[in-house]
Amino acid sequence: MNQKIILYLCLLAFGIAAPFLFPAFKLQISIMWILVVLSLTWDVQGGQMGYNTFGNIMFFGLGMYICSSFQIGLFFPLAEWTASGGEKTFVHTPTQFFQGFFIGLILAAIIPAIVAAIIGYGILGLRGHYFAICTLGLGIAAGEFAGGIELVGAGQGMTSPPWPKGIGDTELRSEFFYYICFLLMVFTFLFLRWAYSTRFGLVLNAIRDNEDKAEAMGINTMRYKITGWVVSAFFVGMAGGLMGNMIGYIEPVETAFAGRTFGVFMVLMAILGGKGTLWGPVIGAIAFHIFKEGFWTFFLGWQYVALGALIVVVVIFFPEGIMGWLREKYPERFGEIIDEEDRKAQVELK
Amino acid sequence: MDLLIFQIPILMVQASLDGILLGTLFALIAYGMALQWGVMNIINIAQGELVILGGYIAYFMYVAGIHPAFGVIVSPIIMYFIGWSLYKTIIFRVVDRDLFISILATFGISILTQQLMNFIFGSDVVVAQSNFGTTFLFNYMVTLPNAKIFAAAISIIFAVLLVLYMRRSKLGRAIRATAQNARAAKILGVDTESVYAATFGINAALCGVAGSLIAITFTLHPYVGLPYTVRSFMIVIVAGLGNLPGVALSGMGLGVFEEFSDYIFGTEFRIAAVFLLLVLILVYRRFKLSRKREYLK
Amino acid sequence: MDLIKKTLSILSVFIFSIALALPSNAKVEGDTIILGAAVSLTGKYSTNGEHTKNGYNMAVDRINDMGGVTVGGKSYKFDIIYYDDESDSSRAAQLAERLIKQDGVHYMLGPYSSGLTKAMAPVTEENKIPMVEANGASRSLFTKGYKYLFAVLSAANQYLEVAIDLAVEKNGGNPVNIAMAFEQDAFSQDVRIGVVEAAERTGSTITIDDKLPKELNDMAATLAKVKATKPDVLVVSGHSKGALTAIRQISEMQVDVPMLAMTHCDASKLAKQHGKNSEYALCAAQWHKTLSYSDEFFGDGAQYDKEFTEIYGYAPPYQAAESSAALLVYKAAFEKADSLDKDKIRDALAQTDMQTFYGNIKFSDTGQNIAKPMVLFQVRCEGDVCANRVVAPTKWASHELVHPIPSWSSR
Repeated sequence: MNQKIILYLCLLAFGIAAPFLFPAFKLQISIMWILVVLSLTWDVQGGQMGYNTFGNIMFFGLGMYICSSFQIGLFFPLAEWTASGGEKTFVHTPTQFFQGFFIGLILAAIIPAIVAAIIGYGILGLRGHYFAICTLGLGIAAGEFAGGIELVGAGQGMTSPPWPKGIGDTELRSEFFYYICFLLMVFTFLFLRWAYSTRFGLVLNAIRDNEDKAEAMGINTMRYKITGWVVSAFFVGMAGGLMGNMIGYIEPVETAFAGRTFGVFMVLMAILGGKGTLWGPVIGAIAFHIFKEGFWTFFLGWQYVALGALIVVVVIFFPEGIMGWLREKYPERFGEIIDEEDRKAQVELK
Repeated sequence: MDLLIFQIPILMVQASLDGILLGTLFALIAYGMALQWGVMNIINIAQGELVILGGYIAYFMYVAGIHPAFGVIVSPIIMYFIGWSLYKTIIFRVVDRDLFISILATFGISILTQQLMNFIFGSDVVVAQSNFGTTFLFNYMVTLPNAKIFAAAISIIFAVLLVLYMRRSKLGRAIRATAQNARAAKILGVDTESVYAATFGINAALCGVAGSLIAITFTLHPYVGLPYTVRSFMIVIVAGLGNLPGVALSGMGLGVFEEFSDYIFGTEFRIAAVFLLLVLILVYRRFKLSRKREYLK
Repeated sequence: MDLIKKTLSILSVFIFSIALALPSNAKVEGDTIILGAAVSLTGKYSTNGEHTKNGYNMAVDRINDMGGVTVGGKSYKFDIIYYDDESDSSRAAQLAERLIKQDGVHYMLGPYSSGLTKAMAPVTEENKIPMVEANGASRSLFTKGYKYLFAVLSAANQYLEVAIDLAVEKNGGNPVNIAMAFEQDAFSQDVRIGVVEAAERTGSTITIDDKLPKELNDMAATLAKVKATKPDVLVVSGHSKGALTAIRQISEMQVDVPMLAMTHCDASKLAKQHGKNSEYALCAAQWHKTLSYSDEFFGDGAQYDKEFTEIYGYAPPYQAAESSAALLVYKAAFEKADSLDKDKIRDALAQTDMQTFYGNIKFSDTGQNIAKPMVLFQVRCEGDVCANRVVAPTKWASHELVHPIPSWSSR
């Protein structure tokens, strides 16, 4: 137990010190934390609950649009900001910027959560691949829909408010966003860690293992499923709001409802790390991010070939991910005691 | 102004015919997907990429001076072997696994194929010319490109041929038996492995046919496969597995729906409309099924 | 303690791999000036991304061969760090940050397409890094007050304005009916704004205003409406795929319009791919090889065309030409500033006033090139060979505009 606390403290210290250790990599690491949040929250459905969703990206995009829209809309006419022919340039004062940012960020978490609660009843009743495909459809439809709404710039996309002038340079900006990302990641992790240790976590696992049985035992599974989705939507929405601010430009289907990139990455990261575990998605996200960045540098143009090959290899040969592989290799570390003879007997039976 | 289609009713005829021709092509791709989904229980995300690959075969025939329409003969033969070897290298590992594994694995194949096509065929958007001309109806008010009519006809011919093949031939019977119960078929002496390989090959061949039809009716680019994949998904889900008339009908229905949504919701919401329809269909199914479950209770 | 050891080892692996992921770190290495660029090598813009990259490379090689850049009496060579932005705007923004922060690049070149430029501009602006871009035409780039962004090309809203004016002129000065279909992306939507403004100015009516989805492969509905309403002008813009799809379906459905105005005709090799079916399409372009501009590096347009074709095996579309011009602008700015300081370079860029084979370049306060007109050409066929012929502006016109387009039945 003691060791675990030290481990957590080490990681925390690393997270806090990272922007000073690697000043050039602030955005890079901030995005890594966002990816960790995405894969952790995907795992609530995909890993713990057994509902493979492709639709969580919808909350990401929703959060991004909501955050930036409020940031702008609270102080300036939104339609004029997004109108591409508009000759006017609006500038946020620092107070406006931070007020808008925090209000926007909170709404970017709450509104997607409400949306998840509303559509959850219809969508979460689907099972298996029907659920997967339905959520895929939702994600894509949301992106195309956003691309048709003039108020948020339609296909033109919209720019999120730039860092206000007069309160420090771009380094301060990256540090500010870095720590918000890091906080979000830590908070998501701790929240899920706590949630999995309660009855909530147990019910999710029961749903994964046998939903009908769980229902037969008198559990209102639908309520738990919706709660799980609301939790995911809350954190993903906030991550989206942050990402929109860091990137600075919101494009409907590439940045916001980016099913082709982040939507798939979150699934892949969780599986790579080991779905259904707490640490798996974290490790998966970090490993994936480093792998991806490395390929960007050294194999120009080949990165998708590498990514495709990685996906095939991971899902075919390591469907349990890094954590699953470690568990297999060092079962004692995971508190499992294995009776070798019993195991052999079972293998022979098969 | 908005709803021109109601002011000029002839446009409805145009939209319906366009939709049916488009839908037949979708249905052909969906038929391949339904086949391998039903037999092997695999959802193939790389379906669209197989289609585009087939299209490039026809395109290169066109570049070499052969009429691209012959692609419908050459392309399926090549694609059959590509599909077969894809099965032998990768797909066979995911056959008995969770459906989600197959979705991800084929997604990996899909982006890999896109990228390789980009390297090999180049990144230009290309088209092949059929020079088939146009058919006019209703005093030049309705136009039907002959290339599209040709495409629809070929799709129907291939679908019918395949149905006959499945009914009559030995392999067809083996495929149907495997689809019903793979274990029982195995016990009764069916080599399910080669049945699976053949099924995947046939699916790829159908994609090859569809691809060469797309080369003469639409455009080809290494990255445009996904729309064909998702549409064939939808068609299969609506029709159900192993229901060929259903696939054909829902394919045409989808085509008509798309064309009409262009007129009614506006072209910018076409894709959104298609996917919202998918979501609505699925949710509707869920409520219908859960009502059924309540009766049973 | 075992766990701690393990954590530390994981951390060190992590640090090591980050360090590995990014080795280089300099704006100037020895006698090389390093420029940074993210272009689309994969994804939907890969065609034009390739043109952009070839344009950059051609100019870099040429400048280096002719003695490089002289700054402070010392001769430097250009070199470009490329990344692949995958035609994805969020990737482009990340790569801009990466080029600046991690690779230490101090001088940026633009990506292909307005959307990606819009994604990168906030980053370069925040970091006060000059960016000379050659493929982001959206006007919204120039209304945000960016100080470090310089575009060598004319803004997107100018693309087809001229076409509308021409149509009105041919209509005896009377307003015309316009049907338009634009893809849902930053560039095409900006072209649309230009057309809408031209329509307002001339009192013309817009009868059809469709937005095409990005995943475009079928525009039968739009064309059926055009056929039914018979407008005077049909305007279509949607990068290469939009141009090819439009011509295919227009010829199949035999849609007769007096004027068909488009973009991206040369990038999509329209005349070659669709042959006679594409005849009489009117296209807006930033550059054409017959334009009578010249410079010491490439000679004139015809010579550039010839040399580019020799190296890369295809005729340069304007996307390549403007990319090459961006490098010439950089070279001039470096020599004018006579310094490697990015702010001095920025000031020198702002004062640019030069002629290149691509056209005159002079930036307005917002970084827009205001010294260069747009070119309109029309696809014309002689026998079976079709080519783009300049029809406007009159100074360079080699052919007379054919208006109205002969109906399909008479072709």
